Amino acid sequence: MRRVYLDNNATTPILPEVFEAMRPYFAERFGNASSIHHHGQETRAAVERSRESVAALLGCRASEIVFTSGGTEGDNLAILGLVREGDHVISSTIEHHAVLNSCKHLETAGCEVTYVPVDGNGLVDPNDVRRALRANTKLISIMMANNETGVLQPVEEIGKVAAEADVYFHTDGVQAAGKVPIDVHRIACDLLSISGHKMHAPQGVGSLYVRKGTILQPMLYGGSHERSRRAGTENVPGIIGLGKAAEIAKEALDRGDLAQMAAMRDCLQEGILAEVETIGVNGTGAPRVPNTTNIHFDYIEGEALVIALDLKGLAVSTGAACSSGAIEPSHVLTAMGLPPDQARASLRFSLGKQNTPEDVEFALSLIPSTVARLRELSPVYNKAALST
Amino acid sequence: MPVSRTIAVAMSGGVDSSTVAAMLRAEGHAVIGLTMQLWNQRRLSGRPGMPEAVRGRCCSLDDVYDARRVAEALGIPYYVVNHEERFERDVVRPFVEEYLSGRTPIPCSLCNNHLKFDQLLIVAQQIGADALATGHYARLEYDEGRGRWLLKRATDTSKDQTYFLFGLSQEQLSRTIFPLGGMTKPAVRELARDHGLALAEKPDSQEICFVPGGDYKKFLDAYLADQGEALPDTSGELVTAGGEVVGEHSGIHNFTVGQRKGLGVATGSPLYVIQINGDKRQVVVGGQEQLYSRTLRTHRVNFISIGDLHEPRRVAVKIRHRHEAAPATIEKSGADEVLVTFDDPQRAITPGQAAVFYDGEIVVGGGWII
Repeated sequence: MRRVYLDNNATTPILPEVFEAMRPYFAERFGNASSIHHHGQETRAAVERSRESVAALLGCRASEIVFTSGGTEGDNLAILGLVREGDHVISSTIEHHAVLNSCKHLETAGCEVTYVPVDGNGLVDPNDVRRALRANTKLISIMMANNETGVLQPVEEIGKVAAEADVYFHTDGVQAAGKVPIDVHRIACDLLSISGHKMHAPQGVGSLYVRKGTILQPMLYGGSHERSRRAGTENVPGIIGLGKAAEIAKEALDRGDLAQMAAMRDCLQEGILAEVETIGVNGTGAPRVPNTTNIHFDYIEGEALVIALDLKGLAVSTGAACSSGAIEPSHVLTAMGLPPDQARASLRFSLGKQNTPEDVEFALSLIPSTVARLRELSPVYNKAALST
Repeated sequence: MPVSRTIAVAMSGGVDSSTVAAMLRAEGHAVIGLTMQLWNQRRLSGRPGMPEAVRGRCCSLDDVYDARRVAEALGIPYYVVNHEERFERDVVRPFVEEYLSGRTPIPCSLCNNHLKFDQLLIVAQQIGADALATGHYARLEYDEGRGRWLLKRATDTSKDQTYFLFGLSQEQLSRTIFPLGGMTKPAVRELARDHGLALAEKPDSQEICFVPGGDYKKFLDAYLADQGEALPDTSGELVTAGGEVVGEHSGIHNFTVGQRKGLGVATGSPLYVIQINGDKRQVVVGGQEQLYSRTLRTHRVNFISIGDLHEPRRVAVKIRHRHEAAPATIEKSGADEVLVTFDDPQRAITPGQAAVFYDGEIVVGGGWII
């Protein structure tokens, strides 16, 4: 069966060049980057080259990059490493669970958290952030791009709010890295987390930008790796993969390749809108990353549509999966004011570098007929049809 | 060789439904495994009487894990679908309210009517399946003469589950398959072993899936506390059938018809709950002989083998899962009401339970005892 993968916000395939760059570091160049001998020096040099590549992608110094196990660790380290009992934190209602649950944990540990709302397009208002400031506010943590809608938050304005108030600013850049240019100085953030597997590097690696002079309490105790900010022997193959993926991402951004991805996304989105009735795009009135569109197909369960499409070879997603694998109603879409029925009827399509216009055609050949079958058998749709 | 169809299997992670999936796959059908996520077992954990961690029950992660492993071993696509909201609305909430009104509910029948053979059947059709197969012990056949689908008792009468399936419509039955209806449980386990299923020896689940340890009273407390609701005061008087007050009770939801223990009244002869009067919050007690009654009324009636009941009909009626169907006459006593008159008085007829009507092995229909 032909299978097309349009769920790149969940994870991306490793690019062939990235895989090739990693390959020697599994067996041939196996050294521990902390070792004094040749083997250690060899991997140390490679790790530091990767650090430079990641720093180049984010516009920071290599010494400001801490390699982590991924986005979740970066978010945890940024938030829990900085905030202490009695501090106040400002975050938003649409953050990834890595941020939301870190904040929830802080609330049980004597901290207070304000979750600023979003508007109908899924945008945080920087003025809401400013109004939420308190004397004891320590940190603002607002994401760059939302994983479900792709909506880009006004992080530069939020950065100004943070700078004016002399408050730390962390931004979860996991869904932005490789999709839009990132410059930590323009954003004026102190901390920025990214994840390898969302940008064609492997799962299990990520990095956290830590502005020089920002002191974080480490999460792991051990050796003095990563300048004592993250103990544990480096995941060398992963780090090499992340470095290579960062290089490729920067080149693509510099060349303006992402315009092609945006065109492909628009083609998919417009194609669906043209063929299916009573649907709409979530967050369409806001700036978005070029690879994502989130569409509500009214009167059906998004869950059933995901399954039906998967059985026909198209991989897309909805909401966030809970531990059993069942789908929970999206907190992001509900926060944007979508009624629960519409939130449950929403699907996310996210493209990756490997996708081609043929993939989009394949998706467009399946979606309208599959939605039609679901609606034919949907009690709510038939009721709505009768009443009009 | 039967015609190959696309069949969704409702997989619970138990032996029965896993074997169904394996059987249908071996017969050459395109099989899709589906598990319903109905209740978050962690939701009430930590509340008094609720376990900290729940294992080996419906919707527990272990069962989903088992079902997923079976699907993987069989090489079939497998999905978990979330129906927690509907389950709470159509099964859990009514379960709680029935107890608080002095009735004794059967959540499994509600789940079959509103979830398994409604929501899940719709999903199955939506994703391209012709039919939904489950691990229920019951038989189904189409009767050309009557032009109706007939639901029949399982060959293994000790496992027969038709009592919980009386509410299914012709439409639902026409899209359902019960592959285990003609098998015994040991034969199913044997088949599971033959198919190399690792869970062939997994014990049967008996209790209500969302009530840990089977203690429904603690569940009511924990659920209402979770909802931020106080347990309503349903305490009142213990009275005799003649209306004489013989004591007090802590709440009608703590009692069920036929119950003997926990009445807290010392008398010469054993006392039983013979009736619960929800309106007056009274629990009526009496001697063993007063538990017997010849008639009952049912409402929300569903017929399967017949379109409607036009004249009195001789049937055998089962008034609880573990009751031996007893000869009776059924007749209409209202638009959606059937009066059941037994040949011999029956013990502990319990409002909230179902009365299911049988003509031999055929399910005529059934209703809820008023």
